[in-house]
Amino acid sequence: MSDFKPKIVAFCCYYCAYAAADVAGSLRVQYAPEVRLVEIPCSGRIDPVVILKTFEEGADGVYVAGCLEGDCHFLKGNIRARQRVNYVQKILGELGIDPERLAMYNLSGAQGGRFAQIANEFTEKIKKLGPSPLRGR
Amino acid sequence: MIVAEPKPIKEVAGYIKDCTKILVVGCGGCTSVCMAGGETEAEMLAASLRILRKMEGRELVTAVTTITRQCEPEFVESISSKVKEVDAVVSLGCGVGVQFLAEHYRDKWVLPALNTVFAGGTVQAGIWEERCGLCGDCILHLTGGICPVIRCAKSILNGPCGGSQNGKCEINPDTPCAWHLIYEKLSAMNRLDLILQFHPAKDWSKERSGGLRNRKREDAVL
Repeated sequence: MSDFKPKIVAFCCYYCAYAAADVAGSLRVQYAPEVRLVEIPCSGRIDPVVILKTFEEGADGVYVAGCLEGDCHFLKGNIRARQRVNYVQKILGELGIDPERLAMYNLSGAQGGRFAQIANEFTEKIKKLGPSPLRGR
Repeated sequence: MIVAEPKPIKEVAGYIKDCTKILVVGCGGCTSVCMAGGETEAEMLAASLRILRKMEGRELVTAVTTITRQCEPEFVESISSKVKEVDAVVSLGCGVGVQFLAEHYRDKWVLPALNTVFAGGTVQAGIWEERCGLCGDCILHLTGGICPVIRCAKSILNGPCGGSQNGKCEINPDTPCAWHLIYEKLSAMNRLDLILQFHPAKDWSKERSGGLRNRKREDAVL
């Protein structure tokens, strides 16, 4: 499966992960090109339906990146996001899709290096898991 | 409210295994409030069913709608054009909603996506508890607003029993003894005289086991 190029969608909070992606860019830090970013106004805006539909549409992995716990611009958005991620992970398990294909990360807007590290780590994990069972269906 | 919980997704998928097009109907009433059958849950179920079908290599077409209440014919009628188009309807209403849909659309399969579990309320976000046993003969005026019919494991009317230990019920250390709660409440109200009142056997014919119950209010009948 060395030629497997996963499709990964990262839902990134405007106040942290999305800004961190910009920092990574400014610093010319390379990160896995398989990751496609979607900006959201707060990680707490993530809708479980959107996560599930992302898998339905063929994503091999999805992660939500929000602010460090305690630092959410909207106080508890990142805590809610984590709970929603846990909820969708349970559903993925019921459907026979490895819950590890979905993850939640926390970082600050200044952590460009950490952003790249998360993107690379998650991409490696998905490469090991192989294509989603929905791929090509 | 009526509190329900989702059935395992694969169980629902089994109900519709021969269908190619389904309508998933959420309910804007109780099952929305207990976060089991509202708009989001209807969309989640539809996506889940499509995913399971996709994994089998077959297609499932889903339409999703949520009506104000599934337990009222006028709301049920409002989706008739959508119902006409599908092989089956999957309801995220309580047992009442499923039956109202099934009665209204006589030639359609209407399938339940939830298990209806109890009449209760939200004790904190995400946690619901049973409060009413629907016994048809309320005695809360005698018990400080705490129902021994449903909150006591034995439904005893002259409690507590010998299984009450440190305020908890012997069936489960996390379950408060209803009669202990009643004692504390009456004590706080300085109405402990009520706990000394003897309650004779209750008229259980008004309860569910007395047969199908209905209610009529003459001035509201059109």
